[in-house]
Amino acid sequence: MTAFVWLTVVTAIRILGRNRLRAGLTMLGIVIGVAAVIAMVSIGEGAKRAVQAQIATMGTNVIIMWPGATTASGVRGAQGSAVTLTVSDAVELKKRIPLLVDTGWAKRDVMQIINGNRNWNGTINGVSPSYLTIRDWSFTSGGPFTQADLDSAARVALIGQTVAENLFDLGEEPVGAVIRIKNVPFRVIGVLAPKGQSAQGSDQDDVVFIPFSTAERKVFGTSFIGSVGSLFASTDRTEDLPEAVEQIREVIRARHRLQGDQADDFTVRTQVDIAKVQEGTSQTLTIMLFAIASVSLLVGGIGIMNILLVSVTERTREIGVRMAVGAKHRHIVMQFLIEAMTLSLVGGIVGILLGIIGAKLTTVVAGWPTIISINVVTVAFFFSLVVGLCFGLYPANKAARLNPIEALRYE
Amino acid sequence: MSNAESSDQGTAMPPLIACDDIWKIYSIGDVKVEALRGLSLVINEGEFVAIMGSSGSGKSTLMNIIGCLDQPTSGHYRLNGVEVSQLRSDQLADIRNRQIGFVFQSFNLIPRTSALENAQLPLLYRGLSLKEQRGQAAAALGRVGLHGREHHYPTQLSGGQQQRVAIARALVTAPSILLADEPTGNLDTKSSQEIMGILEKLNRDEGITIILVTHESEIASYASREVVIKDGQVLDDRLTKAHPTVRAVEV
Repeated sequence: MTAFVWLTVVTAIRILGRNRLRAGLTMLGIVIGVAAVIAMVSIGEGAKRAVQAQIATMGTNVIIMWPGATTASGVRGAQGSAVTLTVSDAVELKKRIPLLVDTGWAKRDVMQIINGNRNWNGTINGVSPSYLTIRDWSFTSGGPFTQADLDSAARVALIGQTVAENLFDLGEEPVGAVIRIKNVPFRVIGVLAPKGQSAQGSDQDDVVFIPFSTAERKVFGTSFIGSVGSLFASTDRTEDLPEAVEQIREVIRARHRLQGDQADDFTVRTQVDIAKVQEGTSQTLTIMLFAIASVSLLVGGIGIMNILLVSVTERTREIGVRMAVGAKHRHIVMQFLIEAMTLSLVGGIVGILLGIIGAKLTTVVAGWPTIISINVVTVAFFFSLVVGLCFGLYPANKAARLNPIEALRYE
Repeated sequence: MSNAESSDQGTAMPPLIACDDIWKIYSIGDVKVEALRGLSLVINEGEFVAIMGSSGSGKSTLMNIIGCLDQPTSGHYRLNGVEVSQLRSDQLADIRNRQIGFVFQSFNLIPRTSALENAQLPLLYRGLSLKEQRGQAAAALGRVGLHGREHHYPTQLSGGQQQRVAIARALVTAPSILLADEPTGNLDTKSSQEIMGILEKLNRDEGITIILVTHESEIASYASREVVIKDGQVLDDRLTKAHPTVRAVEV
């Protein structure tokens, strides 16, 4: 049997080699389908990985809380416009919920920053020192401010790459320099390592961090001491995030004296939630890919079936001879199935190669990151095999059901 | 009738081919065509039989039934004592593969496939190793005088040579019967003589039973028995020369 299969495969390849143009045209459907899928999945995977990397820049296992919106005379303000979350909420959360490794807080505003004769408008963040660790900020020079700086409302600042580039010359050391924010002088004590775009597309490096207390008292000014723009917390393990979110809601609802039927006056989101939104987008893309792949594989399969039917007719006499010398039903079926599968498999392999080349070209030409996943290549390979099998079945059976006498007489 | 003499042997060993009251009726639309009408025929091992008859006499139908390509509508056909008229198509394929070699008028070689691979074809369906297949096919080509032409393609061979490849293909399975349907129909006189010489030699030296369909009496004269078919029945059946193999058995 193995000798039979081997010889049949060799024969199939030889027959395809003889009709190269015909075989090539037949395979085209499969080639295009497989190549499109491989290229698009590679681009999709690359994009997904990039998004994941962006989400990872948020820190690890981060939970973010925003205050709710204000309602003044029926007009609702933007999310976070209310002042319902406070520093004491953050302190209390850490005390009450052991799952939380740390909690931090931040308040932001866009303001002019001045260094000598240069100025720049950037986001000023008044933050707790813990915020910097939760968000995983690291430094290219200098270092973070401390609890002591927070307690004393020190005038120290950390600047992001974008701010550093706009306020300082290339090669000029920002650490030690004095910049002014709203005419208040701040000493730069650290330059932050770049994080790039956030998952929402904003520049995370266009940022200045100053101690929360300094911001509250000397820069922003506030009518409610202790109110924050957002709270941050983190857990040790990703699995703990949902549980931690539940506990946070309970604690804050209790602190805000919300009754059972009242809605939350704050919003809690985890990094995982944000990642899920992105995954939803890529799922839509995946479904579309499958639709395209199915259609092109179907078209490719029909092409194979068509050419096999032609082949069965052309080789009717040969089939008759094979039957006369003792080929059984299954031998004839296998011969044509192997031919169909050789066609679809060669098409699949060519498609895989073209797809990989296409993906690499996209990276080179458009600069998009692409990732070629072994899984997709394997699936494409077996799919093309299955297409050959399915669409070869009908012609193969047709061949095997020929009457040997009529087949031998066929002109 | 001469086959009375051969039938005597049947007591010890069943005859190789025993057709008994065979009918073959084709339905073409509403019309029924009786191709064979109660034909009976016995052929013993080692015979060289020429089956003659005009076209439409039913000789092709008879050949198809003897060759297990077709089955009778009614009647019995025993091959080596085995009733084959009721077997399934895969069992028939097996019998064709092991016991019967076919030689066709139009050679029926697989195009663009070497002589060796053509001769190898029946072994493909037997589960032999590639090496055995090639060895046996090369030996069969040697027996028909095509040594050294194993890798020639049909288009590179003359008609006579192509027919010899076909004979090698029929011989490669060591069949007990060789069915030759107008084997010289597409050949010139010289090639015809060559081919008939080979068949005669196979019958004489190796004792292979040969059944030859022809309408040329010159070709039929190579055989030792002539069976004439007409209207689906045996019209005449006679020995034309002393049969060496049959005689050897009798002694």
